[in-house]
Amino acid sequence: MASYQFIDHKFDVVVVGAGGSGLRAALGCAAAGLKTACITKVFPTRSHTVAAQGGISASLGNMGEDDWRWHMYDTVKGSDWLGDQDAIEYLCRNAPAAVYELEHWGVPFSRTPEGKIYQRAFGGMTRNYGEAPIQRTCAAADRTGHAMLHTMYGQALSKDTEFFIEYFALDLIMDEGVCRGVTAWKLDDGTLHRFQAQQVILATGGYGRAYFSATSAHTCTGDGGGMALRAGLPLQDMEFVQFHPTGIYGAGCLITEGARGEGGYLTNSEGERFMERYAPSVKDLAPRDMVSRAMTIEIREGRGVGPKKDHIFLHLDHLDPKILAERLPGISESAKIFAGVDVTREPIPVLPTVHYNMGGIPTNFYSEVVTRLGDDPDKVVPGLMAVGEAACVSVHGANRLGSNSLIDLVVFGRSAALRCADTIKAGATQVELKPAMTDGHLARFDKFRNASGSTPTAALRLEMQKAMQDDAAVFRTTDSLASGVKRLEAIHAKRPDLKVTDRGLIWNTDLVETLEFDNLVGQAITTVAGAYNRTESRGAHAHEDFPDRNDGEWMKHTLTWFDDATGKVAIDYRPVHSFTMTNDIAYIPPKARVY
Amino acid sequence: MVQLRLPKNSRVQRGEHHPAPAGATKVKTFKVYRYDPEGTENPRWDTYDVDVDACGPMVLDVLIHIKNTVDPTLSFRRSCREGVCGSCAMNIGGRNTLACTHGHDEVPGAQCQIAPLPHMPVIKDLVPDMTMFYAQYASIEPWLHTTTPEPQTEWLQTPEDRSKIDGLYECILCACCSTSCPSYWWNGEKYLGPAALLQSYRWLVDSRDEATGDRLDDLEDPFKLYRCHTIMNCAQVCPKGLNPAKAIGEIKKMLVDRVV
Repeated sequence: MASYQFIDHKFDVVVVGAGGSGLRAALGCAAAGLKTACITKVFPTRSHTVAAQGGISASLGNMGEDDWRWHMYDTVKGSDWLGDQDAIEYLCRNAPAAVYELEHWGVPFSRTPEGKIYQRAFGGMTRNYGEAPIQRTCAAADRTGHAMLHTMYGQALSKDTEFFIEYFALDLIMDEGVCRGVTAWKLDDGTLHRFQAQQVILATGGYGRAYFSATSAHTCTGDGGGMALRAGLPLQDMEFVQFHPTGIYGAGCLITEGARGEGGYLTNSEGERFMERYAPSVKDLAPRDMVSRAMTIEIREGRGVGPKKDHIFLHLDHLDPKILAERLPGISESAKIFAGVDVTREPIPVLPTVHYNMGGIPTNFYSEVVTRLGDDPDKVVPGLMAVGEAACVSVHGANRLGSNSLIDLVVFGRSAALRCADTIKAGATQVELKPAMTDGHLARFDKFRNASGSTPTAALRLEMQKAMQDDAAVFRTTDSLASGVKRLEAIHAKRPDLKVTDRGLIWNTDLVETLEFDNLVGQAITTVAGAYNRTESRGAHAHEDFPDRNDGEWMKHTLTWFDDATGKVAIDYRPVHSFTMTNDIAYIPPKARVY
Repeated sequence: MVQLRLPKNSRVQRGEHHPAPAGATKVKTFKVYRYDPEGTENPRWDTYDVDVDACGPMVLDVLIHIKNTVDPTLSFRRSCREGVCGSCAMNIGGRNTLACTHGHDEVPGAQCQIAPLPHMPVIKDLVPDMTMFYAQYASIEPWLHTTTPEPQTEWLQTPEDRSKIDGLYECILCACCSTSCPSYWWNGEKYLGPAALLQSYRWLVDSRDEATGDRLDDLEDPFKLYRCHTIMNCAQVCPKGLNPAKAIGEIKKMLVDRVV
């Protein structure tokens, strides 16, 4: 092996990732006087938060009466009762303050005539415990994520956060179950770095690119989940993958649910507004899992549109062009570029497209990473936190409601920072790192750098993406999932035959993509293993051989550990919390999920 | 006589040619700038004959196709692939734009040249060093400055005041504008460039911001602002259709207004 030298850094807190949750956590820690580093593989404003469109949910009540309890009820019901209600309470009651904080930092929210933050309707958001749709989603036109991310980056610049930009994080430095830091590779000069910290916060986003067609950016490769698995930690509820109903047919680019929030609707080849049959009360504003299933059924039953009858139309052409220009300018542009459609005249061809991972690194609502140790299902992993899409708190359970992800980012980014401020002493002495803690990191890095088999990374990655697309789709069956497990095991077994052509250390994106593929494949395997194992249907996990929710057996979180050497998955469970955080609201007991 | 020597790496050599695969149905040649920082060679132009029927419609699709199937060593930045993250800004067919939203058929002719953003140090291939560009952005203090105690809820802002930020906040910091500006090419260390100034104006006209005077003081300098000579390349190339030159003009007006 080539000899590698680490450049050492010591911080109180190291945040990995600079999207919405990473920036919120980092600037909160810096503001609390902790010496904070933020490591990111892309410049902060390139993070995938930038692509969030429709908005951020919070019961501000700017468009009529609202209550955080109603928001909580909707989120619990949206999660198909797999969400932990203590965490959901934390999310919903802290949401308004989090949105006001963003506004005070300068987010250019759209405005009501009175000058308040404009809120629009979104799927599954209702008034008075499911009565009728409500306008709860705070919007900056249809560029809310962009507006938030740029504002938070500016805010972070005003605090003392030290950014390490275009550093690719390699592995967690683990010391007998305690996280002591993270190693990273600096792309622009090829050096390797060891970041030691009292607390590492993973804010690395989802792993949408495990699939062939995703709204996710190319960089959504779940690097934090990959690192957690290699550190011997489990991932939670990986079988729950959200398909967004309206990805542009072919390109896969996102068309916000806010398009339907502003009055858009879906039609099949008969011109029928079919959602009225599937969700009579909320129609096109049903939660995403239900709309994606309805669209898939319409296509399956021969009512898809287009020459191959393989997609659905989203109509905005009946809306006032002025409203489209003011509230949906971004998607009007996307539809033009990627579908050649003028939204004021024609419908947009759309298809359910992989969009979000409800699963991730299990945490409590302080954002501390937890695992199951013997009888203790909530054992905190010292020194490690996770936030945002990388984490599974779990507030989204089996299905996330639209606009609940942006609020998740800032509420739990903040909770992580508050917890760090409470539990960490700035500048406290840290243990000495030993080479044995990072030898494996270097061996892995060097192995891939010099991989000289016969399968290019792109080829094996494509195989994985096709397998996931075929076998872990909107609808799953025992057969499809068994096939998925088998195909992914075979793909994992081919890793020793990987071929990396570029041997350099500076901006070697061949190697970056290989390390990312390695992060993805473990999460792809735990996804199909979890899905194969869960013999019920709940939220986004629609199992055709087990079409009903089975609360008796399956009201529990799946934990999956992955043995990188053998490719084997071990499964255990954590109970779903059957309690809330405070007495301000009672536990919402499960019932049939109809809209 | 004075001996002149071109700067290091400025002479670009002819590079490798990668022919199209057998059975290609519609071939277009992509001439791509290559530079290996770890080698000793000068940069080179590699040419790739690509079957554009076998890949997607955008230049980014072509680059990914080359990387996946022909030459994995080719490096470029990319992320969202839908024109919102600003990663894949480069010079395509002689014009700065985003590879992900620029169709390869928008470049006329049988050959399409792809180079890094102009007048930036190149780290590798199509990856420029953006450090100074980002530092200039940070220098305009892109955050809301207020001294009035914050309200319990939101700052109120009328829809009319909010609309003043439209055409400004949408900037994705791709640097297409700044790196197309001849004035920025000449005085890039001192002139802030169109991208940073567009953002400066975004905060200057935000009705919630209370540091207008300080922000204007900071720009009153022979170089930071006044090196804009309304060449308008910035507005020509902006892939989001924004007009930095207009914003710069508005800042100049604000400076005049506060004197008279």
